[in-house]
Amino acid sequence: MTRARAGVIVFPGTNCDRDTYHVVESTAGMEVDYLWYERKTLRDYQIVLVPGGFSYGDYLRAGALARFSPVMEALREYADRGGLVLGICNGFQVLLEASMLPGAMQKNKTLRFICREIHVRVERSDTPFTLLYRKGEVLSIPIAHAEGNYYASDETLRHIEDNGQVVFRYVDEKGGVTAAANPNGSVNSIAGLCSAGRNILAMMPHPERAADRLLGSEDGTRLFLSIKKALR
Amino acid sequence: MENLDTLLKELNLTPTEYTRITGELGRQPSLTELWIFSAMWSEHCSYKSSRPYLGRMPSTGKDVLIGPGENAGAVSIGDGLAVIFKMESHNHPSFIEPYNGAATGVGGILRDIFTMGARPVAILDSLRFGEPDDSRMRYLIDGVVAGIAGYGNCMGIPTVGGEIYFDSTYRENIIVNAMAVGIAPADRIFLAKASGAGNPVFYVGSRTGRDGIHGATMASASFTEETAVLKPTVQVGDPFMEKLLMEACLELMKADHIVAIQDMGAAGLTSSAVEMAAKGGLGIAINLDRVPQREEGMMPHEIMLSESQERMLIIAKKGHEKAVERVFKKWGLDVSRIGILTQQKQIIVRANGAVHARLPLDTLVDKAPVYTRHASMPAYRAEASEERPSDQIPEPADYHKTLLGLLSSPTIGSKAWVYEQYDHSVGTDTVIKPGAGAALVRIKGSKKGLAITTDGNARYTYLDPYTGAGIAVCEAARNIACVGARPIALTDCLNFGSPEDPEVMWQFIESVNGIAAASLALGIPVISGNVSFYNETEGKSIYPTPVIGMVGLIDDIATRITPGFKDSGDLIVLLGTTLDECGGSEYLKLAGGQIPGRPPKVSPAREARLIGLVHEMNKGRMITSATDCSEGGVGIALAEAAIAGNRGAEIRIAWQFRPDRELFSESQHRILVTTAGRSLEKFKNMAHKYSVPFQVLGRVQGTHLRLDGLLDIPLEELRAAYKKGP
Amino acid sequence: MIARVFIKPKKGVLDPQGKAVHSALGKLGFNQVRDVRVGKYVEIRLDTGDRDAARSGVQKMCDTLLVNKVIEDFTFDIADD
Repeated sequence: MTRARAGVIVFPGTNCDRDTYHVVESTAGMEVDYLWYERKTLRDYQIVLVPGGFSYGDYLRAGALARFSPVMEALREYADRGGLVLGICNGFQVLLEASMLPGAMQKNKTLRFICREIHVRVERSDTPFTLLYRKGEVLSIPIAHAEGNYYASDETLRHIEDNGQVVFRYVDEKGGVTAAANPNGSVNSIAGLCSAGRNILAMMPHPERAADRLLGSEDGTRLFLSIKKALR
Repeated sequence: MENLDTLLKELNLTPTEYTRITGELGRQPSLTELWIFSAMWSEHCSYKSSRPYLGRMPSTGKDVLIGPGENAGAVSIGDGLAVIFKMESHNHPSFIEPYNGAATGVGGILRDIFTMGARPVAILDSLRFGEPDDSRMRYLIDGVVAGIAGYGNCMGIPTVGGEIYFDSTYRENIIVNAMAVGIAPADRIFLAKASGAGNPVFYVGSRTGRDGIHGATMASASFTEETAVLKPTVQVGDPFMEKLLMEACLELMKADHIVAIQDMGAAGLTSSAVEMAAKGGLGIAINLDRVPQREEGMMPHEIMLSESQERMLIIAKKGHEKAVERVFKKWGLDVSRIGILTQQKQIIVRANGAVHARLPLDTLVDKAPVYTRHASMPAYRAEASEERPSDQIPEPADYHKTLLGLLSSPTIGSKAWVYEQYDHSVGTDTVIKPGAGAALVRIKGSKKGLAITTDGNARYTYLDPYTGAGIAVCEAARNIACVGARPIALTDCLNFGSPEDPEVMWQFIESVNGIAAASLALGIPVISGNVSFYNETEGKSIYPTPVIGMVGLIDDIATRITPGFKDSGDLIVLLGTTLDECGGSEYLKLAGGQIPGRPPKVSPAREARLIGLVHEMNKGRMITSATDCSEGGVGIALAEAAIAGNRGAEIRIAWQFRPDRELFSESQHRILVTTAGRSLEKFKNMAHKYSVPFQVLGRVQGTHLRLDGLLDIPLEELRAAYKKGP
Repeated sequence: MIARVFIKPKKGVLDPQGKAVHSALGKLGFNQVRDVRVGKYVEIRLDTGDRDAARSGVQKMCDTLLVNKVIEDFTFDIADD
């Protein structure tokens, strides 16, 4: 049996590419390639990850310049055909700017970069990314961003919620949605969002930073194992 | 040059230095040449006041691969790897424009690391501000923190630690010291030493603008009202550009295309071109028409002195030009062949078809002036009384209030409000996060890890520079030991007032001696460093502020020790001796706002024994937590360990003297450890073997910190005070 | 020609920067401030003398890159250099 093949996109300014590569390879045991932003085809991959960082320095708006990279055209086609896409942090921002998911990111309500452990609740365990979690489970995963304040118009928000596209929500330790547990001001405490077809997941917390007991949390591990299982 | 005097003043050259220049050259220098001299002979580039003393610090050791003099120092850590690190100041630029000053400070120190072929793995920042209670200081604090975050976060290099002190001495001159640590293959470290006449010289990275002209001279002069007008010369950082530059350089270094590389930092193209050629015993010829420029009509001296950020000078191997160009073009960076190495040991600068400078390199480098400045002990030190300043303060009526007051003071309180703005988890290697005495960064692919810390209590150094500087070294080593690692090398950043002031010079020499003695006794080589003079405003100097950055190695990261009480029932033991030493303490500051007297005594030999004991105890897996006793003494160490572990304690102390003096004394060479009760006998023997006195203070227990009828504080209250923030 | 593009947060979208500036101005005693919105200003130098062409070009630039219309509104004007 050949191993599943994962691709990690590298834009100029991407800086979580190596972390993501490491976890996908060591935790999920997949073959991994870096995908340079000028690449025009993604046919060889079963999952494509858009990692965190500051693509193009986050100049103008986070993700605004990266979305015009050649690889994004390929990514859109790949996703349209049902390919799995995971966007993390800056990857979320890029996918929003590319309109592959609805809504937009604003600066955190604190106007500051925030790096700390937070809690999210798993809202759906029936996506290829969350198969191995229980619905309602609370995970401890770090965030590290300045623009993670998710916004969508009331109408879009209704649509997202009705469709069950919210996969992760910021909660307190016990799983309660509270204003204090929402670190950045996101509407409906949205921390992770999937596409209507469930094949694209984007999230602000960094699961690749919570996949090793040494680093304090292993709660992100099952996300990568879920992908592996889904691809089997 | 009829306005010679004005010009010399602008260039920060003395008339004597000018005479020396004309004497060496046997002619008048051109304008461009004079600017080149002003940069190369500035304090910042030439270390003309400090050089005679820096050699006193030990810089060799069996694992030292590269000592002072290169972009950074390097130490072997086994497995074919080297750790490369250095600390540098960016005080003046940060005071003038806090965001960009601090950001470019981080950018500069990172370039020093990846220039050598190392991938940076950690950033630390040692900051000193005035009291955070006025709005201008808040603006400076917010700006500096945001600048460090803005640059480091974008680069994707975790900021894992550092320290912040608040004291009114820094009201008009803040301290921003940034340290970077990287890892490289030990046999592929790149140096700034040029070789091979005929090899091409490449300029890569950002385009050159007029920013930062005067940078090196500005860092070599005192602050006056006029300095504020220099604002337009402060450089603006572009971390995105630096990220590309770093990736391109590291990619280029995987193959054998280049012979030398140096970043264009202080004094830009001038110092990088001169230093690289001089180190290689060669000459260099450059054509400024080929330098990528951002602005029009720049004069040759402006191009030579510009401190535009994110630029590198590379000596490539002849015949490898295409390969160099290919890598930088892949990353979308400007790359231009601007010159060539020559046999003749001089620098030749051409522009518009004319020669603007032709200078012998030895005159610029080896013959730069060296000053043995006058030094004299300041009156405040000579008159300092031996009497204990704590005699002047009454015993507190309410210990509860005193402890919480200390715990919430800006210097002692939690710095989460700062380090949560820094990305400290990127890289997925930060095992011990900011907030502990030292950070711990694992090395993927091995069991090893690096412990990293910065330390320096300037109040101690003011009261007694020799002692204070020695304490900084000891405390850094102790912090490294407290996470289970052993110190392997250190870097220093020496922030002082004007070397032309004999009292400052005395502080400087005493501090260097203190660092030298402590590092020698502890066997920790000083592998890199930086001197920042002229930290004064309107003639008023800051406290002498030597900062120590230290790196330790842990062979198996599974044996790390973390702060914070662990298991209920563990014994709490204070290693070391507590003396009645409140001079320069936070307690005294809180009680009276005065800092007279003497700092705690220092004994590197005792520190070495203490560290040895902790190391051996840890080998026997007898330590469940370790907390260094520093500012706020054992009282604060107990509170911090309780908060970090979310466990209370029952403490009983057989007082030697007045409880407040004993609780808050800042006696050195003490560590608060916890150990399981069954280990006690074994531990006693070990302590005896290392001649380290100890006291069993009590047990980990409950949810309150209880002390002998003096204190009974719930953890929640402790935590709230600690996290209050300024 | 020169195009001056003004980008601001869309009406109804919370503007955390504007809120912070508003409160800071209040603290400084500027009590007459009713609302603050913080946006961006983009200046574009164009190699064309044709005002209509410039106008449609800049409109397109805003639509594709400069503005995220989920959260931002914009206006622009075109002037001689």
